[in-house]
Parts: sequence; structure tokens; C-alpha cells
Amino acid sequence: MSNIDPTEVFRQEAADLIETLEQALLDLETRPDDRELVGLAFRALHTLKGSGAMFGFTAVSEFIHEFETAFDRVRKGEAAVDGRLIAAALDARDHVSRLIDDPDYDPERGQAILGALKIAVSGEAKASQVSEPLGTSSQPAPATSEAAAGWRIRFKLATDALTLGSNPLLLLDEMRGLGPCEIVADASAVPPLEEIEPQHSYLAWDVTLKGPVEREAVDDVFLFVRDDMELTIEPLAGDDDVGPAPVAAVQAPLPAPPKAETTSTAEQQETGPVAAEPRAAAAQPAATTKAERNATLRVPAERLDELMDRVGELVIAQARLSQLAETIHDPSLVNVAEEIERLTSSLRDTTMGTRMVPFGSLFGRFRRLVRDLSEDLGKPIDFVTEGEDTELDKTVIEQLADPLVHIIRNSIDHGLERPDTRAELGKNPAGTLRLSAKHRGAEVAIAIRDDGAGLNAERIRRRAEEAGLISAGQSVADGELYRMIFQPGFSTATQVTALSGRGVGMDVVKRTIDGLRGSIDIDTVSGQGTTVTLRLPLTLAIIDGLLVRVGADRYTIPLAAVEECVELPEGIDAEARGRSFINLRGELVPFLKLRSLFGAENEPDRFQKVVVVSSENTRVGLVVDQIIGNNQTVIKQLSSLHSGLKTFSGATILGDGTVALILDVMHLVGFGQKIEERRRAETLEKAA
Amino acid sequence: MTQAQETNAMHALTIRLQDEMFALEATNVREILDPVPITRVPNAGAFVGGLINVRGNVVPLADLRVSFGMDRPPADTDTRIVVMEIELDGEPMVAGILADKVYDVADIEAASIEEAPKVGMRWPAEYVRGIGRRDDDFVIIPDMQQIFGARANPAANSN
Repeated sequence: MSNIDPTEVFRQEAADLIETLEQALLDLETRPDDRELVGLAFRALHTLKGSGAMFGFTAVSEFIHEFETAFDRVRKGEAAVDGRLIAAALDARDHVSRLIDDPDYDPERGQAILGALKIAVSGEAKASQVSEPLGTSSQPAPATSEAAAGWRIRFKLATDALTLGSNPLLLLDEMRGLGPCEIVADASAVPPLEEIEPQHSYLAWDVTLKGPVEREAVDDVFLFVRDDMELTIEPLAGDDDVGPAPVAAVQAPLPAPPKAETTSTAEQQETGPVAAEPRAAAAQPAATTKAERNATLRVPAERLDELMDRVGELVIAQARLSQLAETIHDPSLVNVAEEIERLTSSLRDTTMGTRMVPFGSLFGRFRRLVRDLSEDLGKPIDFVTEGEDTELDKTVIEQLADPLVHIIRNSIDHGLERPDTRAELGKNPAGTLRLSAKHRGAEVAIAIRDDGAGLNAERIRRRAEEAGLISAGQSVADGELYRMIFQPGFSTATQVTALSGRGVGMDVVKRTIDGLRGSIDIDTVSGQGTTVTLRLPLTLAIIDGLLVRVGADRYTIPLAAVEECVELPEGIDAEARGRSFINLRGELVPFLKLRSLFGAENEPDRFQKVVVVSSENTRVGLVVDQIIGNNQTVIKQLSSLHSGLKTFSGATILGDGTVALILDVMHLVGFGQKIEERRRAETLEKAA
Repeated sequence: MTQAQETNAMHALTIRLQDEMFALEATNVREILDPVPITRVPNAGAFVGGLINVRGNVVPLADLRVSFGMDRPPADTDTRIVVMEIELDGEPMVAGILADKVYDVADIEAASIEEAPKVGMRWPAEYVRGIGRRDDDFVIIPDMQQIFGARANPAANSN
């Protein structure tokens, strides 16, 4: 517990809230009359302000306070939602996230944004902006810095406050620290002795604090006990007569919402129209939001990683148990081993499930990106998303964000034509950008499709030749040519814009996708658009594997990539006859001899087996000595000493405790193809 | 930390490779194992040609004898694997080191440690951090960062 940095917790929470806010704002743009969205945005702001203040992010909470005040007009129906408001609010949202990183970030810009926001909410009555002179001081005042002659504070802790560890004496001490105090305890609520619950708090206190103390300082005293307590704070008007302040007076200083906060529970985040009766209004929505909140739980990512590691170890231990049970042949032991095997594999699936995140969690930020780009470039864009529910391992999702930003940016900037050009071409002036994600076997395919001009193969070729990536006149397959745009420094943009064209970025895409052991495909039809498809492995943690033996060593092949296993027809000696294809029901499938690839030294088995695997769209046979069987494979990353070996995607520990390497089918096929090409080139040379 | 150790004495685990005594920083040593099954990594080169299972973790096994151009006889009853932490490009990493024999933990006086001579040494100078003395024997203090750093980016790996 104690090693968690509280500001880090705030940052995480803030990131979520900011995202909620952004989504709500973007949705509001299309559905401006949706009161629920307004409420959602307001609640996000409100919570953000509260926790910002609590964690000492004063600049953030002050800024949000103004933001909230402006937005409150929308919530109350005094201002309408329009494009201007959304734009200003989005700017404000950006400013908030910058402030969280750097509290001193450009205050002038902050003021400008707030100004714009105010004008936006002032609606038809533009005059109101006159009545509000400057940014920060626009608020009726007391909240930030009024230092009255003193304060009258009346507070009563929640009944269970003592049980929860609050100590009213400390609060009183703290107030004494602020200035001279007169403290009167109000014991009127104390029940008769026989009804007293010793752990309950019954007392209320009236404190008259004299001296020029800031309101905030008083608020701070109650910062951590504010929930559910009754608290009224009023300025002391000069030589005010002393006496218990009537609770009814609470209603008096209520004009601004931040004050309402002190009387209501911090949890409440009212959805009702106006918090005239905070407590009553709070009761119901609080109940529903609580239930919703219980449905999900925030868990630090490293704890999930740790859990996954433990499950991994369990799977390994279970494999050992199964192997032992098999050798001992004790039926009761076999029973237990099978039971444990079943439990482990369901535990494995559940644990992996907790790491899966819906792809839709990424869509949000792309909507914003598309919206901003569309505005900046003056290209109206219809952004369509599909497959929000497609789940991916969280580490994969996290790493995907950046590459996708680059691809989307590229599609909008280079792919989609300007509206007038589109109109001339007879296309809808608004371009369409479609982002979709779907499962395909053990892979996830993510496609970004635009209906723009398509890639210009000629231009790419010219550029590739200039950059020396291919020699002039060399014949290159279209797919390969298109993939060149992912080379570092490669850009066909004749004009460098602020967005793209510098050739930085697309190589980031390639590097990240390679790092995730995925692949990129580009499809383009001139004049009709481009589709970039990213294929990624579903998970990076545990997979089902097929254990094989090559020479004296054992290797695991990801089962999801395996299509079938056949026997290598006797007498096929590929090298000698210059062919390495097997006939699979009339189809020729090339095969690779893993023995020679891995330099196996002992005698090959007489009957060689072929494991047919598919990668991307090609099928390849891997020739092995023996197929041992299925196993659950916990993927362990290889150290940096071995990370250069692309033939292996990792290693795993087998039931007998030895390590087996996991074959990376995709790269292995590439490796095999290279060897093939080299041999073909050699034979050509010989022939020449 | 290393500064302090160097000024006083180096707390070292001494091992034998071929006929030479080597000193490994004892604080980085995690454990010493009897020989375990080694999984060969094809195309990885001789220096880190294997992987071993250390308590459920896959750990690369390095053979310093390759770096120092020594003979590599098969494992015998004295052979051990020293599991230790090595910093590689600023990242800590655990690796196993094959030792022909493990002697003991000893303090090597800082005063006795000399820089590796630039000439007249059979070993690549960049791999030797210093040469200490223990009783009447020389002890080679290998520079693990250099040795592993040179292998971390195996350009030689064809694939």
C-alpha cells in the first residue's frame, strides 16, 4: 500500500476522467440535447476538481473550477451546446491534462481558453461577458481567496466517523492552529446512556475562529472527513454575536456550486438538475452509481502481471505433476493430476481474460484525433469504427496506440483528397475512414481503410529508387513496394505539412508491430482508397503449443498456427532433386527442414513428419523428427542476449523442467524463404 | 557501492576456467547450481549458446571460456553454474555462467588489484577489468559488462 505514490494514483484516475470527459464532449457534438452526457461531463469535471485539490494539484483544480462553473450553465440549461462550446471545452480538456503534467503550464493560454468557454456558454446574451471581468475572479468570490475577519464553523461528523478512524480532537487542534478559537460542543444529539453506542460520534461543535484566515485553509481541515459529515462554514461578520448558528443558515451561502459541495457528500456528483437539497438529491443516484462501480475494479497492472507469472509457474508445475502421474501409473494420482490440469487450464483462461482489454478503449482517442485533423485540414471525415468489443492483451493494446495514430494521420493527410477534388471525382465530399478490429484464429486483424486516392505505386517506386532501397528497374511485388513506406525516412509527400510528410512515424509503426510479432499488409486501389491491415498475435503470455523434436532438441510450435501434420513421403530428398515441395491434396506446399536450419547433428529419424503451419496467407511445412504432442506453453521472453534471434519468439519450460524454444512461425517462414532464394540464386549461378 | 568495494577489498567468488582463477563480484551472485540440462539455442553462437531453467525462469547460459579463447571440455563432477545478475545497457539481467570449478568467496585486497597489462596477455584486454592477487596466484577479474555487451547485439546471427 504505502509504496504507491498517491499522485500517481491521481494521475491515473485523472487520465480516466479526462477520457470520460472527452468522450462525453465528442458525443455531445452529435447529440447536443442529451442531458445525460452533460451530466457525465459535469461529474467527470467535478470529481477531477475534488481529487485534484486533495492531491495538491491546485492549479488543476482551480482551472477546472472555472471550467466547471462555465459548464454548470450548460447543465442548468442556461446555455446551449454548440460547436463553439465543444471546441472550447476540448481545448480546456487539453489544458487540464497539460496542467497535470506541469502546473505552471502557460497560464495565459489557460485564461484565454476559459474566456472562450465563457463566451461560449453566455449563449445568445453575449453581454454577460462584460459582467465577468477576468478569468479567475469571475467567480462570486469566497471560494478561492476571501479572508474574512473570521469564520463560524459548525460541524458534526458522521455517526460512524470514529469507527472509521477520524478523530475530532485533531480537527479541533488543527483549527486552533489557524487562529484563536472559541469552541462550543453541542451535546444535544447525545442519546440517553443506555442507548449510547460507544463507538458512535454524537457531538457537534460550534467553532468561532477569529483572525484573517482564508476560506481554503478552513476547508482543508475537513478535507479528509468531508464525506457524510455536516459542515457549515460562514464568514464572521465583524462583531457578530456569538451563539449557535442555525443550521438553516446553510442555505444562505449557496449561490455557487462549489459551496454546495461542502454541504453535500463528496461522493454524490448529483445528476439532478440543481442541488437545492443536496442530501435528498444525492441519495438515489449514489445508490445506482455505487452498484455500477462495483462491477469493475481497478487493479494495478503489475499485479496482473504478477498473477500471470504465478499462473505460468503453476502451469509448469502442473505439467510436471502430469508427467509424474503418467510414469507412476497410480490411478488415484492420475485422477488428481487430471483434476489439477483441468483447474489450471481454466485458471489460465480466466487470468488471461483479466488482461484482455476491448479494442474500443482505444477508439476514443482516435475519434478526437480524426476530429482535430478534419478541422485542421478542412477535410470533412466520416469516421466509422467496428469491432469495439474485440479483445486484446493489454500490453498489445497499449503499444498499438501510437502506430495507429500514425497510420490514421497518414490516411487523412495523404490518403483522403480535399473535398473539392473529391467532388470533381464524383465522390462524396466527406471522406470515410474506417477502423475495424476482428479476431482471425490466433490473430487479431486491425484494419484502417480510407476511401481516398490510394497509394501511388509510381511515386513510391521512384522514391525507393532514389533512397537506394531498390535498384532501378528491379521488379518488386506490389505488396512489397507498398510496405516500403514503412522504411525510416521514406516519404512521398511532395509537401511537408505539420502533420506528416517528414517520413518519421511510419517506421515507428513497423518497429512497434515487429516488436509485437505482428505483420503489416497494405492494399490499395488507385482512386478508391487504401487499407492498412495489422495482424497481431492474440496474447503474449500463455498459448497452446505443439511439442516436436528436431534432432536431440525439442521445440514448441504455437498450435494456433498449425493446420495439420502429415508424414514426409519417403524418398523425397529435397536438396538433391532441387525441389522442396510436398503435394498436399493436389496443392504444392513448400517445406523447410528444421534439422538443417537448426544444425541438428544426430541421425535423422527414418520417418520424418511435416507440421503444416500457416503464416499470413502462405502455408509452409516444417519437417521434424517427431511430433510429441500438445502442451500448454507459458511464454518466457528471451533475454536481450538472444533477442536478435527472430526464429524464436520465446522459450518455455517443459514438464520435466527443461527449456524448449518456441518457434516463431512467421519469421521462420521468412528465414526459410531467404535460404530458398539463396539456393535458387546459387543454382542459377551454376547454370550460368 | 562498487567504489567503496574497490577502495577496500573486492568481495569475490572465485571460480576456475581452464587453468585460470577468475573472480566474480560476490554481491551479484544469486546462486550456484549443479549442472542442469542445457537447451541448445541454434544459431546463437557459442558464447550464449544455451538456456537453462532456474526456478521456473528461462536464463541464458554464458560460457566465458569462449570469450577468453579457452578449451571447452565437457562438464565433469566439478562443473557448476553460477547464476548472477549482470547489468546490460543499464538493464539488470540474470545469466548463468559456466564454471569448471567453484572455489570459495574471498576478499581480494584492492591494493593487490592491478590494471590489465596492455601487452603480454593472452586474453582480450577489454574483457579484463583488472588482475588481483590471492596468496601467490593471479586472479583475473573479468569485465562482465564488456563481455556481455559485446554479445548483446548479435549481428552475427543470420536470420
